[in-house]
Amino acid sequence: MLEMNNILETINMIREENLDIRTVTMGISLYDCVSEDADRLCAKVYDKIMRCAEKLVPTACDIEKTYGIPIINKRISVTPVSMIGGDLPEEGYLKLAATLDRAAADLGVNFIGGFGAQVQKGMTVGARRLMEVIPQALAETERVCSSVNVASTKAGINMDAVAMTGRIIKETASLTRDRESIGCAKFVVFANAPEDNPFMAGAFHGVGEPETVINVGVSGPGVVASAIRRAGDCSFSELADLIKKTAFKITRMGQLVACEASRRLGVPFGIVDLSLAPTPAIGDSVAHILEGMGLESVGAPGTTAALALLNDAVKKGGTMASSFVGGLSGAFIPVSEDAGMIDAVARGALTIEKLEAMTAVCSVGLDMIAVPGDTPESTICGIIADEISIGVANTKTTAVRIIPVCGKGVGETVSFGGLLGYAPIIAVNGCSAERFIARGGRIPAPIHSLKN
Amino acid sequence: MKAVISVTGRDSMGIIAKVSCACAEYGVNIIDISQTVLSEYFAMIMIVDIDRINVPFGSFVDKMTELGKAQKLEIHTMHEDLFNSMHRI
Repeated sequence: MLEMNNILETINMIREENLDIRTVTMGISLYDCVSEDADRLCAKVYDKIMRCAEKLVPTACDIEKTYGIPIINKRISVTPVSMIGGDLPEEGYLKLAATLDRAAADLGVNFIGGFGAQVQKGMTVGARRLMEVIPQALAETERVCSSVNVASTKAGINMDAVAMTGRIIKETASLTRDRESIGCAKFVVFANAPEDNPFMAGAFHGVGEPETVINVGVSGPGVVASAIRRAGDCSFSELADLIKKTAFKITRMGQLVACEASRRLGVPFGIVDLSLAPTPAIGDSVAHILEGMGLESVGAPGTTAALALLNDAVKKGGTMASSFVGGLSGAFIPVSEDAGMIDAVARGALTIEKLEAMTAVCSVGLDMIAVPGDTPESTICGIIADEISIGVANTKTTAVRIIPVCGKGVGETVSFGGLLGYAPIIAVNGCSAERFIARGGRIPAPIHSLKN
Repeated sequence: MKAVISVTGRDSMGIIAKVSCACAEYGVNIIDISQTVLSEYFAMIMIVDIDRINVPFGSFVDKMTELGKAQKLEIHTMHEDLFNSMHRI
């Protein structure tokens, strides 16, 4: 029997505490679209995406209505395009990007991920051609997201690829300078990229995935923050228990929506991603959870410990609530998409170095960080190399989504709009990494990669 | 199967009657009502049986939302599975 206090708790979570399903993402394999003719390949890709995801948006909207739970984004991830493009010329890859964009627009999804490559050990012809056109593709499309995996714990770090991603980021920023360099918000550099991640901009449909799959990302920082606020000055063990219980409830909702979407669409259920994903809305901030634990501001000493506790408790609570957990699964700490992070940077309490330390204990990495437009390419490469090293050494996913905003400097603010939010430009260490990055080659895999 | 209808807003005469009439019209049977008025603020939660509903559930949700707008009330209708999955192991 339904109990009144449970009903009120759930209604309150949805209406007052911004609980929602952040994304229902359909993964689609494009292997069977391969063709040596670019136009034929594009036609097959468009037809397959339209056929597989035809009912995605209406079905998600109907589920939203049935359960009264908002599903904020409906998205698509596809096989990394470098794997199906082969030796197409660069124009062919640009045509593919335009095709993905058109399919996404026609289906009514806000982002399509997978215009990317996996180059942790080296680059294929296709991967190199694709990477060469990423800046132009991101500038000319609206919905296409791109990611490049430059490292893994097994393979080490491909520093040639890191150098290339630095160039991609600078070029993308320049090509989209009239829109606050927003192209960079659609590009992620990964270490140990998960193959079933439903979140953008890093989603792609991995090689071991089925023909099509449904992955769901839940949200709910506001629910956790409210629970902590209500609990008052309890001990850390009580705090961890409270977060676990809250994460369980949030994830159960994700599991329900994932199973229902899978059933109605006739597509296998992949995973629920346990991530706490903030938005710039008031009451939807991961930073405010940490501050609710007793920190004056996120960035204060104690922040990394608080985040580690939060991340671990979310996983423990969420794991039991879902039959399959995957993706990134942890707390996100994007700067521009989190009201508390934005305030902390503005008041000088949160630096890029502290953010880097925080990424060692959570998912994902340096995310949505706006830096001065004149930041040198080699410095961006250095930031990427540092962040990627944390992922490789700790056998976890890390990523960098950084935006050198053309024409802006420290103290100014940049606004991306919508869920991408706004951010103060953060200061970057001025010492050069140029000679270090120029070495090229690969950084070998760490010793603990040899587990067999 | 059951659903939960929550109704909140400024109190006025006949709120329960209007919501109940709509339920009857669409073949939705009321099982339980919990209702209170605090400082002219009306709040009600109804648990209803939807086994004999005569329209698709999504359409019923829309009709109730429209009724809420017409009466200047917030009416939300949600399937019981959400509550069961969240609060039961």
